[in-house]
Amino acid sequence: MYTSLLERHRRGRKLIEITENLCKGCEICIEFCPLKVFEKSDKLNRKGYYLPVVTDEDLCVGCRLCELLCPEFAIIITNE
Amino acid sequence: MALDDNKKRYINHHGGKTYFLLGDEACAYGAIYAGCDFFAGYPITPASEVAELIAEELPKAGGICIQMEDELASMAAIVGAAWTGARSMTATSGPGFSLMQENIGYAIMTETPCVIVNVQRSGPSTGQATKPAQGDMLQARWGTHGDHNIIALAPNSAQECFDLMQDCFDLADTYRTPVILLMDGEIGHIRESVVMPELSSVRHTSRKRAERAEEIFGGQELIPGMIHYGEGSNVHVTGSTHLANGMRDVTTPHVHDELIRRIYKKIDSGREDIVRIETDTVANGKSRVGVISYGASARPARGAVKAARAEGKNIDFLRLISIWPFARKQVAEFSRDLDLILVPEMNLGQMSREIERFVDCKVIAVPKIGGVPHTVDEIHQVIMEAVS
Amino acid sequence: MSEPRHRLMDFVREEIMPHRFCSGCGCGTVLNAFTNAVEGLGLDSAEMVCVSGIGCSSWIPSPYFRADTLHTTHGRPIAFATGVKILRPDLTVVVIAGDGDVAGIGGNHLIHAARRNIDLSVFMVNNMIYGMTGGQVAPTTPAGVVTTTTPHSNVEPPFRVADLVVAAGASYVARWTTYHVFPLLESMQNAIKRKGFSFIEIMSQCPENYGRRIGLRTGIDFLKQFKEQALRVEKANGMSEEELKDRIVIGKLCDKERPEYVSELHRITREQVDKLKKEMGGAA
Repeated sequence: MYTSLLERHRRGRKLIEITENLCKGCEICIEFCPLKVFEKSDKLNRKGYYLPVVTDEDLCVGCRLCELLCPEFAIIITNE
Repeated sequence: MALDDNKKRYINHHGGKTYFLLGDEACAYGAIYAGCDFFAGYPITPASEVAELIAEELPKAGGICIQMEDELASMAAIVGAAWTGARSMTATSGPGFSLMQENIGYAIMTETPCVIVNVQRSGPSTGQATKPAQGDMLQARWGTHGDHNIIALAPNSAQECFDLMQDCFDLADTYRTPVILLMDGEIGHIRESVVMPELSSVRHTSRKRAERAEEIFGGQELIPGMIHYGEGSNVHVTGSTHLANGMRDVTTPHVHDELIRRIYKKIDSGREDIVRIETDTVANGKSRVGVISYGASARPARGAVKAARAEGKNIDFLRLISIWPFARKQVAEFSRDLDLILVPEMNLGQMSREIERFVDCKVIAVPKIGGVPHTVDEIHQVIMEAVS
Repeated sequence: MSEPRHRLMDFVREEIMPHRFCSGCGCGTVLNAFTNAVEGLGLDSAEMVCVSGIGCSSWIPSPYFRADTLHTTHGRPIAFATGVKILRPDLTVVVIAGDGDVAGIGGNHLIHAARRNIDLSVFMVNNMIYGMTGGQVAPTTPAGVVTTTTPHSNVEPPFRVADLVVAAGASYVARWTTYHVFPLLESMQNAIKRKGFSFIEIMSQCPENYGRRIGLRTGIDFLKQFKEQALRVEKANGMSEEELKDRIVIGKLCDKERPEYVSELHRITREQVDKLKKEMGGAA
């Protein structure tokens, strides 16, 4: 059911969306993204959590590890 | 809910016959007649015969009987089953009844209809394991923690064990609450003739259904309807304090206040519908002494009243068939012209205290414990002392 | 600009999101994996009943997962679920609850459900602590750990719950962690599909009431440790107790067919009904 990462990468651009007000700033996405797509920003959400920010969307291969590890449903990866 | 073909066939098979049954067995047949779909229990004397007969017979009527690992699980399983729309029950005795208390509270809080048979035995703890008693009258009322109300009925013959099972299931569905059949070991193990009714005389109360999942725990209704599992309504059932839609709210004071008062009130408001008594009084106003009893104790009590009357004494008699909610109005009326009420019971005076709360005359308990019921002579002697 | 909407919001009670789990708590990841699993199986929530007990992880289905839900007393979800499943074998009945519920106070129900091989899927979220009540020792807490009720260190060895369930006779048993989300998701699907008693022990993190006592202050610390401790069951086979100390054996521990309890019960009822029918000459 999960096609290889390379194949996914070939498919084209990935869209990374962060639902800011769901994020609780646990930074799991920042730590565990194999390609280090995220970094901590100095932007706070409504609840006072520092949000992750995407450094370079082109790095993303759309593996969805961050989406699935996220305890908050706050990350959406779309393989376009 | 209507009886399905399997149950109708079963009733047709037995209807019109007379069997010689233990009270426990009569209770099991009564349950099947009442449309019981599911039984979960755990062996315990003197209630095991309920499970044994149900295990034998219920599958023939299309139902399922299981033995769980303990009484906590039994009580849990019947609540789970009730939310699928089933009529479900368990049967136990004192120690098992103690173990069920937390989940009985869950059934009260979640307004889950189900039936618990408690064939009372001597306690506390293991006590005289096989001997009868009526020591759980107040545990039935207040056994689980928190404010609540309960319905409990107490049969005093094998036939009544059979008949009251129908009432128990109907009341459970009508009031959306657990109902307790508060038997005692004496009645559970008495062996008597039981008439099995014909299908045509079996009546059935249907469980009230709700249209909207938002109102299955309140809303406009004092007793809300149910929506069962598997109907696509995403029903949320919790033992935590909840809103009318079932969602938890454990912090807003008025939410808890309104929920608990409504659950309390729905049974209080049905008191006159639920109360069942039997009276045998001498022509109005002649008696100064009355006897109130229930369950096994009511049998020698009635014998003693008869014996006293044979000696020319005017004695009134009242038998409580429903124990909870208490027949306060009926007992107060019964007591109006009396100076004294005697209450034979197989405990150290549990219901006598409740009676005392609602009458102006003197109330004297006639307690007996030790695993042997009162004899007619014992109660007769107390009556004769009282009248002299 | 309106916020983007996650497709899995269809599977949760969206009106009460965000959930109330602490930052970095594993319960959110389990909810995420579970909704993914349900989506992947194409299950309709109208065909599901989720049963839970008392504790943080019991909040995963109750109230967050959108299906018929039974939020029961502490320790008893499997027993409640038994009643549901027997009467509605056509529904998928899933129990999600914690180690305190399932292996502590409710341990007896767990082993008996496994022995009966009732068609339930039990996902036990094991955070090794009583988190909701403030960090008391659990039957899954490692020896030597200081908790609020073992202030001088815990002297009890922990249960290896998944192994216990294998021994009790379950059809499908696996252990994963909240780091191993892809295999966890797939395992959940296999557990739901497998007719019989399925059990997944999900090692999870409680940074607030456990982690801060053992030097793992964040979800990240835990996931790193899970990654390090994890050992595939294929590799662990044949290793000594000493070698397996401080390791988490992950993978599928068993997957076998056995007669299923509810089908057997219904078979007996069918037979008895037919017998009476015959006896009565087919009369209704």
